[in-house]
Amino acid sequence: MDYEIVIGLEIHTELKTNSKIFCGCSTKFGSEQNTNVCPVCLGLPGVLPVINEKVVEFAIKAGVALNCEILPFSKFDRKNYYYPDLPKNFQTSQYDLPIAVNGHLDIEVNGETKRINITRIHMEEDAGKLVHSGATISSSDSALVDYNRTGVPLLEIVSEPDIRSAEEARAYLEKVKAILEYLDVSDCKMEEGSLRCDANISLRPHGQAALGTKAEIKNLNSFRSVQRGIEYEVIRQEEILDDGGRVIQETRTWDENKGITASMRSKEQAHDYRYLPEPDLVPIVVDPARVAEIRANLPELPDARRQRLMNNYGLSEYDAGIITSSKAVADYFDQSVQNNGDAKVVANWLMGEVSKHLNSEGITILDCPVSPKQLTELLTLIEKGTISNKIAKTVFEEMWTSRKDAEVIVKEKGLVQISDSSEIVAIVESVIAANPRSVADFKAGKDKAIGFLVGQIMKQTKGRANPDMVNTLLRERL
Amino acid sequence: MELFKHTASQLHEKLVAKEISAVELTKAVLGRVDAVDKNVQAYITRTSETALAQAQAVDSKIQRGEKVSVLAGIPGALKDNICTKGIKTTCASKILATFVPPYDATVAEKLAAVDAVILGKANMDEFAMGGSTENSGFFPTHNPWNLETVPGGSSGGSAAAVAAGEAIWALGSDTGGSIRQPAAYCGVVGLKPTYGRVSRYGLVAYASSLDQIGPITRDVTDSAHVMNIISGYDVKDSTSINTGVPDYTKSLVNNIKGLKIGLPKEYFVAGMDVEVERAINKAIEQLVALGAEYKEISMPHTEYALSAYYMIAPAEASSNLARYDGVSFGHRVEGNDIIDMYKKTRSEAFGAEVKRRIMLGTYALSSGYYDAYYLKALKVRTLVKQDFDKAFEQVDVLITPTAPTTAFKLGEKTNDPLAMYLQDVCTIPVNLSGVPAISIPCGFAAGMPIGMQIIGKPLGEETIIRAAYTFEQNNDYHKGFAPLREV
Repeated sequence: MDYEIVIGLEIHTELKTNSKIFCGCSTKFGSEQNTNVCPVCLGLPGVLPVINEKVVEFAIKAGVALNCEILPFSKFDRKNYYYPDLPKNFQTSQYDLPIAVNGHLDIEVNGETKRINITRIHMEEDAGKLVHSGATISSSDSALVDYNRTGVPLLEIVSEPDIRSAEEARAYLEKVKAILEYLDVSDCKMEEGSLRCDANISLRPHGQAALGTKAEIKNLNSFRSVQRGIEYEVIRQEEILDDGGRVIQETRTWDENKGITASMRSKEQAHDYRYLPEPDLVPIVVDPARVAEIRANLPELPDARRQRLMNNYGLSEYDAGIITSSKAVADYFDQSVQNNGDAKVVANWLMGEVSKHLNSEGITILDCPVSPKQLTELLTLIEKGTISNKIAKTVFEEMWTSRKDAEVIVKEKGLVQISDSSEIVAIVESVIAANPRSVADFKAGKDKAIGFLVGQIMKQTKGRANPDMVNTLLRERL
Repeated sequence: MELFKHTASQLHEKLVAKEISAVELTKAVLGRVDAVDKNVQAYITRTSETALAQAQAVDSKIQRGEKVSVLAGIPGALKDNICTKGIKTTCASKILATFVPPYDATVAEKLAAVDAVILGKANMDEFAMGGSTENSGFFPTHNPWNLETVPGGSSGGSAAAVAAGEAIWALGSDTGGSIRQPAAYCGVVGLKPTYGRVSRYGLVAYASSLDQIGPITRDVTDSAHVMNIISGYDVKDSTSINTGVPDYTKSLVNNIKGLKIGLPKEYFVAGMDVEVERAINKAIEQLVALGAEYKEISMPHTEYALSAYYMIAPAEASSNLARYDGVSFGHRVEGNDIIDMYKKTRSEAFGAEVKRRIMLGTYALSSGYYDAYYLKALKVRTLVKQDFDKAFEQVDVLITPTAPTTAFKLGEKTNDPLAMYLQDVCTIPVNLSGVPAISIPCGFAAGMPIGMQIIGKPLGEETIIRAAYTFEQNNDYHKGFAPLREV
């Protein structure tokens, strides 16, 4: 049977504030274990939390950017559960009055625009990290706790169950990530855990209004695993339903290596979090004027930037979309264009050579060894006819590894394009003389034969001959 | 001259007049502790050495002619739920028996800043849960007026120490009456400030929305002095009130002409000792004679306050006490796995009353019961608060007994939690509404002190101090000293 897939995403993102949400400890990632801690984040007896105002500001920014209503009165609550990475055995979070509600985000999938509604955004503290003694949890006989992450501020962004496919889920997550990056409120590094995602998935027959029983999938730690995890879970549930079975409401974990989801706990084993209003913090009262000010000062967001790239540079919607899906890539683009680069050429290079190299090394554009200025200089050499497009790729390769400027490489390796017609004519004539067979073929109407002759010329010049001139001069002489 | 029998303000005069030295005074009080604490058992931890060093420092300042605070060089005690850097803070619980905080509570910092001498940490009901100090995880404290009776609680160690001359002043904490009721039982003065007047930073939480630190002293004058030192906004406590602190000693005025007193009839509950009722009535007559106006008023939701309290306080406690799990500090009992470790640690190290309240609170917050219990209790709390708001439209202060009876015998109510809870019936509504109240001695029944509670408007400490001071100046009850034999 063909089912409708219903997905809701819960996105957790660490905010890039300097200090933690309720104390002055640093939020720096990768510090020595248990060095970014104090009595407050360690939950020692008698200490009290104090809200970091920056967290509220970032939450409002995210709320406004995701088209939410900012509640004028919200509060913190305690979510009670026992776990050794949670020193107080409760997480200070927001329950019935979160900072932002009723938002939405428009995404594009397969050329169509779709609106995903956002239920709520709330602020909370992150938990610590368990370091198990063995390779896996079950093979460990003890664990140590690193509290550096305890109290790092998090936003949880909860969508309505409006997502209908793994592709939509991925597109939604990518767009949320892009917006958070544009707002500069989160690093959104999934590999460092600063962006995490849980998916609630259920199936129902097409046309049925009631939702099917859902499973919550945790541990989706990359865009790829979000997509794969959802795809796997959909098939799992389809098979159960097709066999006349019933999906169990439970929490499942995605196993990236095995490529499956596995049960963590059922509804019966689910926690009763016994929420209660946090008595140690006062409610958060947000003046509408403050929201208006934050709204007025929002940076340019992905949609607006994409439109600008299309309007100002004539980029296609697709190209502009790809470039603006990451703030860092868009920044790279803007900087390159500002250095007098031709926008379309820059776009092609960004999506071509640059992107290819980044992917093969598994790094982001922030770590790109070729700066926007260097790239523009390379493109200028092509434009001036100093090197050909083909040679430029070789030069780029060299720039990537040696970090030298294009001009230096071109000079050192003698890659300057031969545009002197007498020099090219001499070579053309010698190649014609040496390949009578191909010349005959060409004259007999075999157009392809000219390719062989051009190849020979390029071979002799090590690719440096101006290709346009080679073509013209060769045809003149045949 | 028995220095330990004086008040802080009297001793301050002697110190600055160089009649006595702070070291001499501290030694005198330490000597008194040595002589009587075997029987009273007010202290969990004694800090005699650092106390003498603190006293020495004050003497040097006085010698150099520096101006010193009223509490400088005056020995006092802190309830053992107030964190002290480098000094064990146990909350009278086995689970924190060896816990040494790496930080000071804000009040401890403030006291250190004025050179107060700290003699040690006073006994209490475990985690401030109880009204007799019999719930201490270590030993019970005895009432200096009659060693067979309880000192009240939960700040029983603090009150008993002040009554026994083992401390000139003390700090307690009050969640449902834990300063006022032991002050009443021990014949001393106990003030619970407005919620938020004194920082809670470093006070180990029992029920965060109700807890408040306050002074226990020999007289109202000392209460005002201690309040001057400990009150004020604290950036570390978001619930502290950000308004200026008045000089409370300016309210030490023997004049209540025109003061409107309300007597809420609902506080005179069944089971109230006739002697207590008589003492309060007599006090009212006297206050009227001194120029106050008096009227009986009604606070109709009073009878529900106790039940609401025993939902709200345990609910918060169940969450506040979750951190005592043996993982990163405090007592740990090893187990087969983490859950087993939690269970064994908490089963072994918490006392019966603490467990009872954790269970009550956990239940009240559980899915399916939240609305019927916890949420309902919050609504009752609002109604109780409205009773106070309405009452204070008509009167300036409310007067009630602090507790329905005088101190009871040790062991008398330990098997009857409800009877124990009823001792707080007059004090609990005050915490639910957040207003300030003071308990002062107002008579004796069979040789045991009776306490009168004067309740004020929010931030109305000045008014209750003036009323209490006026009553005190026209009586001698506070001058009586517990007839304690030195052993």
